[in-house]
Amino acid sequence: MRGLAGYIVRRLLLLPVILLAVSAITFTLGRLAPVDYVEVQAGTRATPETIERVREARGLNDPVYEQYIRYMGNVLQGDLGDSVRYRGSKVQDVIFPRLWVTVQYNAIVLVLTFAIAIPAGTWAALKRGTWLDPFSIGIFVLLAAVPVLVWIPTLQWLLSVKLGVLPCCGWSVNQRIDDASGVELGVLSKNIILPVLILTLPSVAGVARYMRAQVLEVLDQDYVRTARAKGLEEFAIVFRHIIRNALLPIVTILSFDLAALISGSIFVETLIGIPGIGAYTFESIGSRDYDSIMAIVLLGSAAFMLANLLADIAYGFVDPRIRVGGEVGA
Amino acid sequence: MSYAGAEIPAVELVDVRPFASHRVLRRLLQRPVAVVALCVILTIYTAGILAPWAAPHGFREVDLSNPFAGPSVEHPFGTDRLGRDMFSRTMWSAQTTVLISVAAFVSGSLVLGVSAGLLSGYAGGRVDSVIMRAGDGFASVPTILLLLIINATLRDRVVDVFRDIEDITGIDGLVSSGAPSYFLVSVGLAIFGWVGMARLIRSQTMALRQSNYVMAARAAGASVWRILGRHLLPNVSHLIVVSLTAGLGAAGLAEIGLTFLGIGVQAPHPSFGVMIFEGSGLTNLRAHPQLMLVPASVIVSLFLSFNLLGDVLTDIMSPRRR
Repeated sequence: MRGLAGYIVRRLLLLPVILLAVSAITFTLGRLAPVDYVEVQAGTRATPETIERVREARGLNDPVYEQYIRYMGNVLQGDLGDSVRYRGSKVQDVIFPRLWVTVQYNAIVLVLTFAIAIPAGTWAALKRGTWLDPFSIGIFVLLAAVPVLVWIPTLQWLLSVKLGVLPCCGWSVNQRIDDASGVELGVLSKNIILPVLILTLPSVAGVARYMRAQVLEVLDQDYVRTARAKGLEEFAIVFRHIIRNALLPIVTILSFDLAALISGSIFVETLIGIPGIGAYTFESIGSRDYDSIMAIVLLGSAAFMLANLLADIAYGFVDPRIRVGGEVGA
Repeated sequence: MSYAGAEIPAVELVDVRPFASHRVLRRLLQRPVAVVALCVILTIYTAGILAPWAAPHGFREVDLSNPFAGPSVEHPFGTDRLGRDMFSRTMWSAQTTVLISVAAFVSGSLVLGVSAGLLSGYAGGRVDSVIMRAGDGFASVPTILLLLIINATLRDRVVDVFRDIEDITGIDGLVSSGAPSYFLVSVGLAIFGWVGMARLIRSQTMALRQSNYVMAARAAGASVWRILGRHLLPNVSHLIVVSLTAGLGAAGLAEIGLTFLGIGVQAPHPSFGVMIFEGSGLTNLRAHPQLMLVPASVIVSLFLSFNLLGDVLTDIMSPRRR
């Protein structure tokens, strides 16, 4: 098979292989920890005999590869295992509502990022040669240099403590629009502003810088000069010729942005107290919740790989000069 | 290269050319931005390296009679909740940043990445596919998740190994010096840090493989190692220089992120991650915002300088840009 279709099929075939490798490594790493979840849960009261009995009953004394095969067999049947932190619940019942929380505000972040960064980057590029160009670039670089974990306390300090305009933390599961209908406020509440702001600011800076570079590239192209020469309005040149052509490569930055959002969500949720998948990741690692950790790593890797694949395909469409499957760029 | 916390944008390396180092340095020094950035980086790195000799107080010197003190001659940045000198702790934290980012960058990007890239690009064929597919594997998982797991699960094992080393060699204080957690964080970062560099070096090596001087060396009977080390390595080294700032910055940031979450460098050893963590929280933000603002401004200036310096370096070395 040649060409794009063959490439996509090859990449899709590689996906389960890598997932299998990642799951095996994660599984083994989890079992390597000297303290397992039985001990974490048992605390100081349980006797060693009790702990040993529970381990035996849950199959934790079997060889690691046997446990792994048993686990993967269950996963294929749609059973992600038992949650340790939420006893009596299945991992899939705990994870998906939390994933939904994270997806909600991350989707807002993504939309906002592109809605702000694309005009801002274009504008900065069009102002090339004036003082506005280095000025806006300076702002982008500064915003991008501040890590999420500095944004969190800084904005909490500024907006909640100093100005008192936003709630510092928490998530509005229990706030309702009015008592009668009982409709939850969800993403409409004020609580969402701070996490969205924290994740959007560095993300905007990155995408805007990239957009600026793309527009600068397009600005010098012959077709833009031709459009100018034939007396086309500036508005039409910018929208029809410049932005449209500069926009396509932006797709590729999506997977990069996704990686930043995954790690950003862990920090934001842990510190602001949002019951999403990021905070759950952190909790699960702390309580040695093997099955939850496995599920999160598998889901995260699969999502990340699909995003990468989409970006690569988009790149192939955008720039036919790139031989798909070969060297992309340099 | 993406690690915990934030993205340090990968530099565009398409057109970067080999260079004469003195010329690059001269052009670098003509740019005020680069000079300022270089000064900031050097100041913070020097402060870190000199911490054991120059820091006025130790990082675990507690003075419970004097907590949350404001700036004074004795304590220029004040003291934290245990009365520890914030100025000294900043220096010691800089030491952690220097140690871990240099260790992770040298072992991951320089040693693993460059040799994998050279080998892959020069050998081609099966060697190339094996190395590059492994790289694809590492690049296709969200790094932060595996870093979290590695650091959370392996720490106790690593401590045990270091205890054994202490017993066998008779060296004292390895474990109490915090070496295991420094080691684990650096190794974790190195494992995920080599891929970007390897890809970069590989593509350049592939282009140079057919060049006349490599052919000539091969015809003259030079061994593979000689060709890689003496002929190819010097001609890809400019790529290393350009990715130096991004690599060091990303590794430093990742350590701060992991420590911030409580699974990186372990207490009582200081890190900007733990300083920011201790400074945040509403009570501290309300009463003593300087506890968070001091480490935050140091790391923001460090990473800002890395970004700016990286931009200027790319700019100088690529002829296509203005």
